Amino acid sequence: MSVQGSKSAEQMAELASRREYVGKPQPKLTVGGTLAQALSSSSVTVIAVLIGCLWSIPTLGLFISSFRSADLIRNTGWWTGLIPPWSFTIQNYISVLQAQGMGAAFLNSMIIAVPGTILPILVAAFAAYAFSWMKFPGRDWFFFSIVALMIVPLQITLVPILSMFTAIGLTGQYAAVWLAHTAFGLPFAIYLLRNFFSALPSDLFESAHIDGAGSWTVFWKIIIPLSVPALASLAIFQFMWVWNDLLIALIFLGGNPERAPMTLAVADLVNSFGSNYEVLTAAAFVSMALPLVVFFSLQRYFVRGILAGSVKG
Amino acid sequence: MATMVAQKTAAPPRRRQRSPSRSAWIWVAPALILELVFFIWPVINTIWLSFMNKDSTTYVGLSNYARVFTDSSLLEVLRNNLVWLVLGTILTVGLGLLVAVLIDRVKIEQVIKSALFLPMAISFVGASVIWRFVFLYQPPGQTQTGLLNAILAVFHIPPQVWLIDTRFNTFAMIAVYTWMMTGFCMVIISAALKGVPDEILEAAKMDGAGRFTIFWRIMVPMISSTLTVVTITMIINILKIFDVVYVMTGGNYHSSVVAVEFYNQLFNFGNYGQASALAMLLMVAIIPVMYFNIRQIRQQEKMR
Repeated sequence: MSVQGSKSAEQMAELASRREYVGKPQPKLTVGGTLAQALSSSSVTVIAVLIGCLWSIPTLGLFISSFRSADLIRNTGWWTGLIPPWSFTIQNYISVLQAQGMGAAFLNSMIIAVPGTILPILVAAFAAYAFSWMKFPGRDWFFFSIVALMIVPLQITLVPILSMFTAIGLTGQYAAVWLAHTAFGLPFAIYLLRNFFSALPSDLFESAHIDGAGSWTVFWKIIIPLSVPALASLAIFQFMWVWNDLLIALIFLGGNPERAPMTLAVADLVNSFGSNYEVLTAAAFVSMALPLVVFFSLQRYFVRGILAGSVKG
Repeated sequence: MATMVAQKTAAPPRRRQRSPSRSAWIWVAPALILELVFFIWPVINTIWLSFMNKDSTTYVGLSNYARVFTDSSLLEVLRNNLVWLVLGTILTVGLGLLVAVLIDRVKIEQVIKSALFLPMAISFVGASVIWRFVFLYQPPGQTQTGLLNAILAVFHIPPQVWLIDTRFNTFAMIAVYTWMMTGFCMVIISAALKGVPDEILEAAKMDGAGRFTIFWRIMVPMISSTLTVVTITMIINILKIFDVVYVMTGGNYHSSVVAVEFYNQLFNFGNYGQASALAMLLMVAIIPVMYFNIRQIRQQEKMR
């Protein structure tokens, strides 16, 4: 263990360089070029396109199926629907949104996902601020302990938390899921945000403190505005994770159907209407709609967030 | 120089505060309390419960653990998890590496990346519905509506019940997982590949290195730390694999894994002791990985 000061200098240098690495446009691609010259570049393109198609086919199949009538889904493969004359219908979507309680489930997902995204990021930002810009005994030890928690299997924590929630009457409430997502999202969020926060230029803090700004002001007026890219990528991550989560909702909502989110509703459909495919297809797509929109509109941030979290070039 | 800056700024001077360390605790307190309640305490509690009987009334020693390694159905669960771990990690990281290298200089790189990355945005539940249409089964003689069986039909091979047949179901679900996670591996590996300096590759080519030599002797070693991080992430995720199996087979047809078995023990059989022991096993299996991961992070923080 080196001296505190030089250690944080190393961290800062590392983080600063990583930030640069993630944030700036990459230099012209090099590696594949070497390979591509060996193979002909057109054959590489063909292989790449084939892989892309292979990956898209399952989703495409569901997408097309969701616009076909129950009869057609049952008796022919979805690919036959591509051949004219087309007979597509939006009936599946109508029946899902009306009859199957999917509207309520969509709303529940929103009610769960929005606080389930904001809360952990806020708590993590507080902690990351202290971990990167304040000095207190055991700072590194606490930080690494929290990073270590990233890999504790959630399953291990579920039984005690469930009995605790049940004891205080939280099971089946939204608050139970909010709290769980906040706690489970923290290790990754703190890890990511600390990286970004500690790479911020230190002169800003000095001048702010000279002007008499307290930690609270510094946090809201300097840290948060400067970390919008990091916060955005984290928010996308957390939102997707909460929206797509099944396990936590399944257990902490205690089978309360009034509060069931989309994943739970669709999983129920899978289990109870296993053969009722026309409902299933549309339901699955409705549950994917929002994450897909988020994904396509904010893909840049999404990828950047992953890189900031895991690339150590 | 950097050292001086850091020493000056590591503890920013704060006015109007009795002790900087005391105010720091206020900032970390919410996080620490949550982690204590939601991670530390449950882990201790689960350790305790795993030594108790079904409804946590009597101490039973190690018998819950012994059952995992003697009961044939639980042994099967362990075996499935092992198959998942080995095959799932190799496939996701291997394919991610392969695709990252292949598409690195292709014009449509971004499109391919999006196609591979898209499943990341889809929930496991959604993915399982998507893949039902790949694995669908109709009795022989009828029109096959599942993609896989329809392809088999073209070659006059009898249709298979992919998710029920014990020969196939674990592999079928690993395929689904691979479909979901390869994009994640690819994006990270591809970013690391772009950090490999041009000169080194040029020099290797000048020395007459073939493309496989360049790949194995230069590219792979140079991005080894990234490959390690990706592999560790995959190992951790796959050890805990739950959603895919829960939604696709529910752990039936001999396809259960530890996390699903844990869920079944807890909520279908009400066996808290056995469920806790299974969860503890997961934890113990992950500890070496966790140790390695922390060491990796620390080294990287020190390195620069």
